[in-house]
Amino acid sequence: MAVDAGGAVTAPGSGSLDGQPDSRAELIQLLTPEGERADHPGYPLDLTTDEVKGLYRDLVIVRRIDTEAIALQRQGELGIWASLLGQEAAQVGSGRALSPRDMAFPTYREHGVAWCRGLDPVKLLELFRGVSHGGWDPADHNFHLYTIVIGAQTLHATGYAMGIQRDGLVGENGEAAIVYFGDGATSQGDVNEAFIWASVFNAPIVFFCQNNQWAISEPLERQSRIPLYQRASGFGFPGLRVDGNDVFACLAVTRKAMQAARDGQGPTLIEAYTYRMGAHTTTDDPTRYRLASELEAWKLKDPLERVKAYLVRTGSADAAFFEEVDAEAAQVGRHIRQACLQMPDPAPLSMFDNVYSEPTALLREERDAYAAYLDSFVTEEVAR
Amino acid sequence: MTTLTLSKAINEGLRKALEDDPKVVVMGEDVGKLGGVFRVTDGLQKDFGESRVVDTPLAESGIVGTAIGLALRGYRPVCEIQFDGFVFPAFDQIVSQLAKMRMRSQGRAAVPVTIRIPFGGGIGAVEHHSESPEALFAHIAGLRVVACSGPADAYTMIQQSIRCEDPVIFFEPKRRYWDKADVDTTAGLDGALPLEVARTVAEGTDVTVLAYGPMVRTCVEAAVAAREDGRSLDVIDLRSLSPLDLAAIAASVRRTGRCVVVHEAPVTGGLGAELAARITEQCFYQLEAPVLRVGGFSTPYPPSRLEEHYLPDLDRVLDAVDRTFAY
Repeated sequence: MAVDAGGAVTAPGSGSLDGQPDSRAELIQLLTPEGERADHPGYPLDLTTDEVKGLYRDLVIVRRIDTEAIALQRQGELGIWASLLGQEAAQVGSGRALSPRDMAFPTYREHGVAWCRGLDPVKLLELFRGVSHGGWDPADHNFHLYTIVIGAQTLHATGYAMGIQRDGLVGENGEAAIVYFGDGATSQGDVNEAFIWASVFNAPIVFFCQNNQWAISEPLERQSRIPLYQRASGFGFPGLRVDGNDVFACLAVTRKAMQAARDGQGPTLIEAYTYRMGAHTTTDDPTRYRLASELEAWKLKDPLERVKAYLVRTGSADAAFFEEVDAEAAQVGRHIRQACLQMPDPAPLSMFDNVYSEPTALLREERDAYAAYLDSFVTEEVAR
Repeated sequence: MTTLTLSKAINEGLRKALEDDPKVVVMGEDVGKLGGVFRVTDGLQKDFGESRVVDTPLAESGIVGTAIGLALRGYRPVCEIQFDGFVFPAFDQIVSQLAKMRMRSQGRAAVPVTIRIPFGGGIGAVEHHSESPEALFAHIAGLRVVACSGPADAYTMIQQSIRCEDPVIFFEPKRRYWDKADVDTTAGLDGALPLEVARTVAEGTDVTVLAYGPMVRTCVEAAVAAREDGRSLDVIDLRSLSPLDLAAIAASVRRTGRCVVVHEAPVTGGLGAELAARITEQCFYQLEAPVLRVGGFSTPYPPSRLEEHYLPDLDRVLDAVDRTFAY
């Protein structure tokens, strides 16, 4: 086993972003849990104070969106919510590494990436409230719709990346796709097929796996005997593990992998090593399958606290800044709460829309018949 | 007019689509250099290159899943599934992704993917190479399902399917690949029969016979034989299995008062069941007999030495016609 300058442990014969051996630890980290900056030769990162503050702002707002959505679910306003608590750095770091022309393919938990892409978080709620299956136009922010079937979107992203190749947009001024999935998804056939397709066609794609250690109740050990990032070597492209709670490292590693993809160097698998601090969704009860001590250990690695500590330690931000960010996050919270409460149910007959490009005769017939059926009740009420 | 086999007619249709639209991409296992195991894509990679006629890795879910991604990027993929029984690894991508993307996106994302599937038996093949899974797809809202029966329709229907903004499952009757007929390859699609419209292939007054794909020829032959018995069969090639051309079907049954549905697929839960129910709803007062179904038995497809017993043939069609007169 070799370790490259990018910090990636790779099996013999596999590539790396730099292709040079090194003896670094396998977890790429640029900011320690205590908020101390760590350097890494493979991933130099020069951020201005404003940029660091911007990342902190993202992290706080994204957590606030999540908290507000959980509250809305508890109050009966959402049917379900998939919390990203603990995964903010992985999502903000990778999300901020994308260029506007890159295309992101999310699971149903990528609320932080959505935020970075510029999507109004209210749009995310439509799916969880049951108002629509997808509330936004993927082309508006180059952020595809949430996909619920585990791993299915990895093939869509790979095909999309093959489209980028066919458009001649690999190389100078290139574009790339990034696809998000979790540790559980790595067991899916589709994810493995996506690895194969991306590899043999050298597609411009980054596979961003948030290993949050749990697939509902099943621990990582039920998905893999080896670290997930090492899977990449079997498929013939670089894999690396990044501290998923370190927004700096997630940003730097994703930037580099995306650039490699845009340049025509093909796919990279990034394993963002993180932890799902909350339940799988609001219907889940993690106390049935995992220990509180595990949660406590991960609390010490909180992705927000370490950036805050860094800003304080370096004297880059004062109390006023943190208050300002908290106030802005509260405002976002109020915004989504208000919009959620005001979100109308769709009109019943809208379910017949968008099944096909044009409604079929059968759909028109069913729609008209159901409309008449509904009208019959209205008429009765009026008659009374 | 050119005389073409059904296989060559699809080949010419694909060639035309590749010429007409630079976004068309043909993809599947062995479709490139080999030209497909049935040679349907013969010569296309040589003429259009490896990025437009793509030999894919051997994984059906990957074929359909990446086709969806290509479609989201603005391409028009035409996937080949090598045999009917091999489509099931791709079933999730077809049913849960391809069929639902338009509604999921509220009409914002179209996925105009065509999936070609050689289907049906009669070629003496091993297990999984002779199946008729069309009803499984016709059950799925969001998919269009069509089956061609002869070269002329095959040539136009494949082009119409590729142009269609909806995903289309395109069934090809593999045992009819070598059937020949005249095809006008100079005619455009403007005057062609729309994809969702059925075609009457033999006119008659006594019994409506509904068929598609490989059974159309069988039923036309049955109509010729029935004439000797003094019975006149109105044979309709459904062409589109979803949506069904119920107007044409009902118009015929209202005239004849009798209907026999013929398909290779098992009768249980098959398209014949849907057709029988629709016809009963729409033609109840004109029916002289229940709608009868002729099809595969409620068994897995048998070993090929037995397939002549499993597959509906001319005599079984005529037997069902006789039975409709027994009521």
